[in-house]
Amino acid sequence: MSARRHLPVIGSDGGAGADDASGAPLPGETPAAARSRRQFLRSAMGGVAAATLAGCGSFDLDDLFRKHFTELPPEEVKKLLARLEREYTAKFGKEVKVANTAAKPGVQFGYGLDLSRCIGCRRCVYACVRENNQSRDPQIQWIRVLEMEKEKGIDTAESNQYYDAAEVPRPGHFYMPVACHQCRNPPCVKTCPVRATWQEPDGIVVVDYNRCVGCRCCMAACPYGARHFNWGEPHLPPADLNPNTHYLGNRPRPKGVVEKCTWCIQRTRVGRYPACVEICPVGARKFGNLLDPESEIRYIMEHKRVFIFKEELNTQPKFYYFYAT
Amino acid sequence: MAVLKFLLGCFKLITTGSKAYKAWVVFLLGLIGVGIHGYAHQFSHGLISTAMRDQVSWGFYIGNFTFLVGVAAAAVMLVIPAYVYHWEPIKEVVILGELLAISAITMCLCFVMADMGHPERLWEFIPYLGSINFPRSLLAWDSMVLNAYLVLNLLVVGHLLFKAFMGQHYNKKIVYPLVLLSIPAAVSIHTVTAFLYNGLIARPFWNAAILAPRFIASAFCSGPAILLILFQVLRKTTPFRIKNEAIWKVAELMAYAMFFNLFLEAAEVFKEYYSDTEHLLYMRYLYTGVHGHNTLVPYAWTALVCNILAFLIFLHPKTRRNFLTLNLGCLLIYSGVYIEKGMGLVIPGMTPDTLGEIYEYSPTITELKVAAGVFALGFLVFTLLVKIAVPIVMGQFGINNVRTSRDEALARSTAPASH
Ligand code: SF4
Ligand code: SF4
Repeated sequence: MSARRHLPVIGSDGGAGADDASGAPLPGETPAAARSRRQFLRSAMGGVAAATLAGCGSFDLDDLFRKHFTELPPEEVKKLLARLEREYTAKFGKEVKVANTAAKPGVQFGYGLDLSRCIGCRRCVYACVRENNQSRDPQIQWIRVLEMEKEKGIDTAESNQYYDAAEVPRPGHFYMPVACHQCRNPPCVKTCPVRATWQEPDGIVVVDYNRCVGCRCCMAACPYGARHFNWGEPHLPPADLNPNTHYLGNRPRPKGVVEKCTWCIQRTRVGRYPACVEICPVGARKFGNLLDPESEIRYIMEHKRVFIFKEELNTQPKFYYFYAT
Repeated sequence: MAVLKFLLGCFKLITTGSKAYKAWVVFLLGLIGVGIHGYAHQFSHGLISTAMRDQVSWGFYIGNFTFLVGVAAAAVMLVIPAYVYHWEPIKEVVILGELLAISAITMCLCFVMADMGHPERLWEFIPYLGSINFPRSLLAWDSMVLNAYLVLNLLVVGHLLFKAFMGQHYNKKIVYPLVLLSIPAAVSIHTVTAFLYNGLIARPFWNAAILAPRFIASAFCSGPAILLILFQVLRKTTPFRIKNEAIWKVAELMAYAMFFNLFLEAAEVFKEYYSDTEHLLYMRYLYTGVHGHNTLVPYAWTALVCNILAFLIFLHPKTRRNFLTLNLGCLLIYSGVYIEKGMGLVIPGMTPDTLGEIYEYSPTITELKVAAGVFALGFLVFTLLVKIAVPIVMGQFGINNVRTSRDEALARSTAPASH
């Protein structure tokens, strides 16, 4: 899997997107001028960059000076997604879909986790890895399950993530899975120097892997250890690749970028449950629309007593822990 | 034409020199080669060739960066006492400080680059072209102030040297405001760097208001420590003269800065140990180790001992005025602050991590190689700049020493025919 992504030559199909690949005009600049400025810069710098950076697997001229993903005109998004699909299909030798399903109006996702049920079996961890195309080597896992001592309560300093899952649940212990809490006031988003990570209208915090510079400010900022870095080239055997992907979620990642749980954006935006919710053998995981009074997550909030993790930090998670029994 | 001659002159200055000078430059170039070798490996394999992992996601590079921002800031802050106490030669002190600042900032920028997962996406930081998250992100701020500070220093030094080269007096209307501006700029680069850590709610070790003042206090120790040694070297090897009194005065100021630094540290230690909340964990990791993990402990105590000894040396007029003890004190300060503001700051901030896991970080060979390369580059920049600046400022080298081929042809044609 050492296949490198191809490096389009200026003027070839890679450059075709260039005519509408404009950015925000400078103050006092007409859009047309902005376009030609960008084009000029692109081809001038692109040549140099391509020559010097050919060694960098994930470099693509098309990414140079592209507008922010949320401001990209639809036809450009289409081109980008098509390009990625071509690249992934070539790399993995099977048809890969990269969707860009948008957030639905009137939806704010929320998540509930029943600590009294969780047995710490880590099935969710592996279901997540399979669904979201995490690197198998080096291993990346978005869900961390903490084994805690009942006597001490929730105390991360005394917790253990490396317990033997064959022996769970161990007497005297309880289990607390942690992944991204999709904070309403996300400290990770504000630290990112290049707006490579942001909160979507339905509350999911996403990362644009084509924009992330890999500075890891967001990792230092996240209080829940939810962000993971591709320290090396991610290895994902083609047979294990989940070909149904979303641009802002589980599409294959290059090395040197940050990734995180997106509540299975590729599933939940088309009305399915996240993979972890589906797999949980004891039904400890609940998911739904916080704005829908009929949803299960709302039922839980009204009938159980929920709490959030590290509430003193004012991150305002949409991930609620509760004890159903 | 004048600019061309200036550049030619600079080139001439850096390409000629004693054997020792050449050996030094070759040595630095060799180290830079080592650094490039290390970086090439990291670039193709990814940051996995460092010891950083999800638990400790910043390490040696960012530690060095932080320390060097302090050096860059303090070098220029030295301008204040130079004016207040009317040291002769003020201009020379200012120039040396700014040259040091330029070299330190060069190293800072290289360390940040070395730490990036996607250095080729750096254009993202350019306003309008990229999508810089200004003013919300502190790293965006930092990239702006560091670059602005670099440009500011380059302008001042460039102007002073060019004018001296031309045998003219520098333009006070340009230089004074810029030098004055560089003082708050120096404070701000270090403050913004402190805020980069300070604003992270996930890391209690950094999320304390005392961090920025401590940064400034320790910078006022480490920056001058380098300059003091440099002053002595330069007055031995060049016509550059600086009075003993000036050196002693700087040493005295360093004693006060170190006192303040130690006082702030004591305040932090008291707060953490007496209140004994869960936040104590990180300081315990630094000073005593947690659950038998104690990689950092010997370093932490070394730093503390170095700082206290240096403080005592600089406090007592006798030891401050003896050049042997003075230089010892400088070395102690340099090591103490290097540990304290480098690894001693970054690593305990992330150990244990936000979910309580302890991953013991210590840099890999690749990281050490890259760091050695970056330091060598900084030293090289500084050496070359000093090599250019000293003769020009001393008036030993100017426009008349540079002849282009046209001048020579002109000289030949107008010269009276010799026998
Ligand atoms: S849990 Fe961490 S990654 Fe997720 S939104 Fe909150 S701060 Fe960001
Ligand atoms: S690592 Fe990527 S997403 Fe995180 S702060 Fe840096 S650029 Fe933004």
